[in-house]
Amino acid sequence: MSGGQLRAAATVVGLSIQEGVRKRVFLAVLLLTAAFLALYALGAHFAFRDVEGFAAGETKILDAHAFTGAVIFGLAMFATLFLGAVLAVFLTLGVVRGDAESGLLQPIVVRPIGRTTMLVGRFAGAALLSAAYVLIVYFTACAITSVTGDWTPDHLLTPALGLALAVAIIAALSLLASTILSVTAQGIVVFMVFGAGLTAGLLAQIGQAINSDSLHTIGRVASWTLPFEGLYTASLHALISGTSGLTGVVLELGPFGASEPASAGLIAWAFAYLVAVISLAAFVFSRRDL
Amino acid sequence: MAEPVLAVRELHKRYGSQEALAGVDLEVGAGQLVGLLGPNGAGKSTLTKIACGLVRPSGGGVEVLGRPAGSPEARAALGYLAELFRFPGWCTAEELLRFHQRLSGSAGGEAERRELLALVDLSEAAEKRIEAMSKGMQQRLGVAQALVGSPRLLLLDEPTSALDPVGRRIVRELLEELRRRGVAVLLNSHLLSEVELVCDHVAIIAGGRLVKAGTPEGLAGPAAVEVETGSGVKTFEGAGREDAPQIVAELVAGGESVYRVEVRHSSLEDVYLDAVGGQTG
Ligand SMILES: Nc1ncnc2c1ncn2[C@@H]1O[C@H](COP(=O)(O)OP(=O)(O)O)[C@@H](O)[C@H]1O
Ligand SMILES: [Mg+2]
Repeated sequence: MSGGQLRAAATVVGLSIQEGVRKRVFLAVLLLTAAFLALYALGAHFAFRDVEGFAAGETKILDAHAFTGAVIFGLAMFATLFLGAVLAVFLTLGVVRGDAESGLLQPIVVRPIGRTTMLVGRFAGAALLSAAYVLIVYFTACAITSVTGDWTPDHLLTPALGLALAVAIIAALSLLASTILSVTAQGIVVFMVFGAGLTAGLLAQIGQAINSDSLHTIGRVASWTLPFEGLYTASLHALISGTSGLTGVVLELGPFGASEPASAGLIAWAFAYLVAVISLAAFVFSRRDL
Repeated sequence: MAEPVLAVRELHKRYGSQEALAGVDLEVGAGQLVGLLGPNGAGKSTLTKIACGLVRPSGGGVEVLGRPAGSPEARAALGYLAELFRFPGWCTAEELLRFHQRLSGSAGGEAERRELLALVDLSEAAEKRIEAMSKGMQQRLGVAQALVGSPRLLLLDEPTSALDPVGRRIVRELLEELRRRGVAVLLNSHLLSEVELVCDHVAIIAGGRLVKAGTPEGLAGPAAVEVETGSGVKTFEGAGREDAPQIVAELVAGGESVYRVEVRHSSLEDVYLDAVGGQTG
């Protein structure tokens, strides 16, 4: 890639970010996020307060405080992933077919920059913005949990990066969908894929709980096919990987059940998957009449 | 003749079973303004899109300055305004031009932006958001956008469709200025008078085929000589300017008094309607 191409790509990244930030919807996203965090702060405050009363005087076999922290922060992680996915889809909505139909795409694509660079630029813009968003929400939720309940996850950074990579994968899948589908169909399909990924995670969890190997395997295969789910599960696992004793065991059976740790294989797979999805999108895009 | 800026050879395009272009040849030289005329669905937009690499031909080819259409070199040499275009509503005219300067690697900076906005009479609207502009203003901005980076070839697909008479005049004057600068222009239009007024060369296509090409004057050849005599107006169909003295002499010799002689040309519109056989899309 020449210097000129790189500059042009950076221009497209900048455009994607500017476009995302300057559309009115972004303000709605910010307001909703603020509302979510406020609600989370309130929930965390009451959860920690009430669990102290509930657990007082009982034998400390189960660390109720750690249990509460992990559970409510796990829920915050799910909400973060969901909001990040919404943002990633919003930022990649109609990037190819939708924009081609409205006439937004052609003026850019006829410039020397070319289709692949433009596609990669759009992906980078969307992925950077939604990853930054996820990181901010994650660390804010972290700070809230720490202040309200004096609880912090066992690993601070690993889950954050897992979530960021997960939303980047969703952005890539959404971009691929945009090369084939109209705007509405793209939105629907990506959210169905998102739901399917999470369901696969649940299947694997149920499979483990009821000792069904085949169910566990089906869930595992599906969650590697859609690795944002594997990354999310691994992130959940990293929250509590240092929690020992009965609390750790109970958490494994609860909302963090079947949590698989982030293996090097999973991370490598996630990056390879990203490259493959973007390459496929670029290939489909390169053959389209606009 | 020097190498043409745009060379279209035996161009074919099928969309599924729909044949949009069935072997079209066309050339545009430097400083030449060529009008591409034809009814809706004739294939004008398809030809333009192939020339800028948006659509892949099914056969034949297009070269821009000797490079295959769609290659980065070809794309770097051209400016394009689509028939159906949209620019991001949230950005201003100035920002749009700056964005396209970066994409095209133009080093023109602020001076270029200011000049282009002035050329399309949008200097006052530099800071206006595109969503707040009328369709006509957006179309003029579109023409300015196509000129970013001083392209050698300009492809304009129905660039005056949303313009009022004043806007059309602005674009017409701009096209004349571009001709002086040696830019090659291919202009798709269904507005015949526009084409007559500015184009050096006209190509008429219908049903994906070139049906007529030539200069507007050459195409709009003589049609009749009209003479007003004492016994009424007499029309000599098919006669031209050089036939007029002979006609008058014969009339006078025959005892008629001649009050007025006029050589009538068939208009480009007549030629066009004749060529496309009354087709419309
Ligand atoms: N993307 C497309 N898919 C299918 N058919 C198309 C497509 N674009 C154009 N056509 C068909 O190709 C023919 C030429 O269209 P077009 O080039 O837009 O004509 P014009 O610009 O002269 O009105 C028309 O019959 C049109 O319906
Ligand atoms: Mg057209």
